[in-house]
This record gives sequence, C-alpha cells and structure tokens, in this order.
Amino acid sequence: MITLSVNGRDHQIDADPATPLLYVLRDDLHLNAAKFGCGLGQCGSCMVLADGLPVVSCVTPVVALEGRRIRTVEGLGGADDPGPVQRAFIDEQAAQCGYCIPGFIISAQALLERTPSPSDAEIRTALKPNLCRCGTHIRILRAVRRAADAMRTSVAANPGGEGGQ
Amino acid sequence: MRIPRIVGGAVALAVLGAAGFTAIAWRSGIEPIDPPASASFDPVQVAEGARLAAIGNCMQCHTAPDGKPFAGGYPLKTPFGTIFGTNITPDPETGIGSWSEAAFQRAMAEGVDRAGSHLYPGFPYDHFTKVTERDNRALYAFLMTREPVAADAPPNQLPWPLTFRPLLAGWKLLFLETGEFRPDPSKPEDWNRGAYLVEGLSHCGACHTPRNALGAEEKDKSFGGGESDGWHAPALNQASTAPVPWTKDSLYSYLRTGVSADHAVASGPMAPVVRNLSRVPDTDVQAIATYVADRMGAREAPADPPTPAAEAPRQPEGRAATIYRGACATCHDANGPLQFASPVGLDRATSLAQPDPRNAIQVILHGVETPDAKAAPLMPGFANALTNAQVADLAAYLRTRFTGQPVWDDLEAEVGRARTGDSSE
Repeated sequence: MITLSVNGRDHQIDADPATPLLYVLRDDLHLNAAKFGCGLGQCGSCMVLADGLPVVSCVTPVVALEGRRIRTVEGLGGADDPGPVQRAFIDEQAAQCGYCIPGFIISAQALLERTPSPSDAEIRTALKPNLCRCGTHIRILRAVRRAADAMRTSVAANPGGEGGQ
Repeated sequence: MRIPRIVGGAVALAVLGAAGFTAIAWRSGIEPIDPPASASFDPVQVAEGARLAAIGNCMQCHTAPDGKPFAGGYPLKTPFGTIFGTNITPDPETGIGSWSEAAFQRAMAEGVDRAGSHLYPGFPYDHFTKVTERDNRALYAFLMTREPVAADAPPNQLPWPLTFRPLLAGWKLLFLETGEFRPDPSKPEDWNRGAYLVEGLSHCGACHTPRNALGAEEKDKSFGGGESDGWHAPALNQASTAPVPWTKDSLYSYLRTGVSADHAVASGPMAPVVRNLSRVPDTDVQAIATYVADRMGAREAPADPPTPAAEAPRQPEGRAATIYRGACATCHDANGPLQFASPVGLDRATSLAQPDPRNAIQVILHGVETPDAKAAPLMPGFANALTNAQVADLAAYLRTRFTGQPVWDDLEAEVGRARTGDSSE
C-alpha cells in the first residue's frame, strides 16, 4: 500500500509501486483531468503538480511520490468554481480540442505561484514542455497573462488569502 | 654590517625583479581605429570567417543567455570565479569596433587586448595562438561585419589578486607556448587539418584536458578528461571508459548529427558545440573525427564486457529498481512498451561508464534535448519528480546494473550540487 496525497486528501493506493501516477489518478482515483498523450513524457498533457512543481505523471512512478503534495487540475477548481487560471483559459477560449489544456493549466499554475508577474519570455519558457497541435498558443499566452493579472488583483484585495487551492 | 647589506640586496633584487616583471608584463596599446565599413571586407573572406567562428564555438562564450549574438555577457564559471565573455561585435565603445586587424591578431596569438591588458585564459589563447594569420584575418572580417551591439559585459567576479592583470604575464611565462600550428609531414592531410582545428580554434582540450591548480591544462594529461559548467568532459585518449570504443565513424556521427547510437547524445556544453559544427563543411568534421580517433587510439574492448541488462534478480526489488521500472523502462528497456526513438542503450551509454557521475546526474535531472534544441526533448528531465536521494539511488542502480562498475561516491551531495548549479543560472 502506498499513501498518496492528492488535492489535499490522503489516498491508500493498492497498485504496483512502479505504476505511473497518471494511471492511478485516472483509473483508481477517477481524476481524469490529466490526459494520456504520448506516454513518454514528451507532450505535457499528463502534467500534475508535485509540491508546486510540474511533473509528467505518465513516467513518474507512484513510489517516487510518497510524502509529496500532488495537485491536479481538479484541485484548482471545478466547473462551478474555476480557479483563476482555469477562469482565464475559459475567458480567452484558449482550448480548441482541449486535450493538452490541463497540462498547460498546470504549467501556468506552477509558474504563477512562483513568479506572479512573469515576462512573456518567462511564460514561453514555462510552457515549453507542453505541446498543442491545434495551434491555440496565442490564446494560451493571453490566458496566462490574464490569469497573472487576476491572481495579483486577488492577492492585492485579499492579502491574507491563499490563491489557487 | 651584514644585515643591512642583505636587506639592501633584497631590496635591490626586488626592485630589479619588479622592473623585470614590469618589462615582461607591460604590453603597448595598439592605436584605436574607426570601425571599418562592412563593405570593405571581401564576402568570401567573411563567409570563411563564419565557418571558422562556428568551429571555434565563439558564439557560446561571447553571447549572454538569450542575448544578442557575440554581444558578450556569458558567465564562464571557473574554479577561480566567474569571467564574463566580452562583447566582440564591432561596437566601438563596448565591443571591438576600434580594434585594427593587428590588434585582433595579437589577441588571438598572445592573449592581449587592444589597449595592452593581458586577457584571462578563459579566452583560450593557449589554443588560439596556433591559428594561422590567414584564418584570423577571416575571423576578423566575419566579426567586424556583424551587427554592432552596445553592451558592456558585467565585471568579472574574481578575488584579489587575480583582478591584477599583469600577474597573467607570469602565468603566460609558465604555461603559454605561442606560435602557429606546425603540421606533421609524416601524417596525412586530413589528420593535419584535424590536428590544426582540434588543437587550435576548436580548443577541445580547454574542457577535455584536466587543469592544474593555476588553471592551466596539464600537458602530460592532454585529453585525459576535464570539466565544463557542471559536466564532466570525458577523456578523449586511452583513458576513455566508453564501453564501445570510439572510432572515426562514431565520432563523425556524434559531431555531425549529435548522436552516436553506441555512446551518447551530445548534451550539456557539448550540445552547442555540435549545433555550431552543423555549419561547418563535412571535410572539416571528418578531419576532426580522424584526429580525435587517432588520439583515442585503438582500444581493446574490455576483457569483462559490461554485464548487460540480464534477468532482474529474484530478490526484493529496491526502490531504485522500482523507479527504473516506472520511469525509465518504458523507453530504455529493449522490449519497452512505448518507443518512438531508439535511445542509447544504457549498457553502452558513456555517461554511466565514466568515472565521474555528473553527466548521468545531469541527464536524469534535466533530460536530453534534441540536437537542435527546438523540438520536445528526447528524454524528459526528472528534476521535479524525484528527490535528491531518489536521483542518487537511481544513478547508483544504473551504474551497477548496466556497467558492473563500483558505484560512484558521494552521489547525493553531487545531485545537490547539480541542482544548486541550476538555481545560479
């Protein structure tokens, strides 16, 4: 048995400890935001946060993640209460087919938690591990800038509050 | 009185010594010029200079990360401190726009700048002194026709007394042998061409030869393996530990495409070298491979071939083996379920067989870029996914399983150092 902390809750996982986290998230915990794209850590659509840093969950075995704080897109907000990054992606209509978008949201969230006012170059560097084949990159970039603005405004309005979770 | 005489003698000696040293250390300035017009250079010579600059990898140390080409500001980390590559665009104030060709020739041959100051040997004039006057003229033509960029490099971060440049005259007395390359008439033409490039402009030994306490290459250990920017620069002589001995063909493939299937993918500081070499004529890359293969010598395959990835032992699986199965086997096992490219077999990967663990650690942490660094990486990095202890365990496991050699020492601290290098970049 392996204990995984996902979106603030501990889960007992009965799986081969070498199982990639992605399969446990989708098959055992029914958290389907992270997607199986290439299975090789090449495309970023399976990304989740481990202690605030983006990891490719398709090639990260659960045994490596015991004791780490995992967050998925589900942990950032839902359809009724989207988090600021999700809200910005909706407002900018940044999805075409949408398959890659959870990975982009994770990369953007990780960036904005550490760098609240990123430059365009920093945004591009942070999103480099994520591939989008529909070509909505310009909207994705706009969404990240919009999310940055929204998160800074919300911190300014509520300085004690914790954003994003 | 005896004592005053000794003191007097010592003072006289010191004065004489200082005078002598000053005479050696003092170099005259060369008159500044107005930047020559681009049109005054022969386009054929400029094109030749471009190829030579690529062979010399000049752009790497003379361009800041994300900076304009050749405008300086690259932090070259040395054991003595950080030296910043200078601006070598033809801007007259901050670059070399006011340098005559004679000043450029002198800098390459003797490591002295236009104004007469000694340059630090981070600028590898111990190699560039071998470059011919003709090639220097072409390099000058190329550099003086670049876009001038006004940019001052940050000041070097060196401790006193290294900031006192006349001291470098002493270093040069000890370690600098000036003079153009002399071909060996007993060797074929492409060998000599390769030797000229490798020992001169390409300055391969600057990273691949170990350095002594004063930062000079140890001539008797030439190509014995050195370091660059947190990476190990593997031995290019008989000390090479590559499980499959390098040949001219495999070296050529590595230098031309960035990949040798039996050895490695060019990574770390070697990646930009290979990218630059992609602009170089095939004959020159062949010549470099010919010469380096000769320096490596014909090495017998090891008597005890590395224990290949045999059956997994039937004992409780360690944590590192589990991580390998979940993170690495997908691509690296011969029958891995998902393979889109054939990675270098781990039983022959040079990084695992080297005496120094840094390259294996760098690759686990940061992955492997494609040779052009534009597409998605060939291998993802695991810096965010794995802890230092997990990376250290995994490196030890890979070393034991795929090379059969003793596990490296001090792995976890080494992983920590590789990460600290990240944050300072």
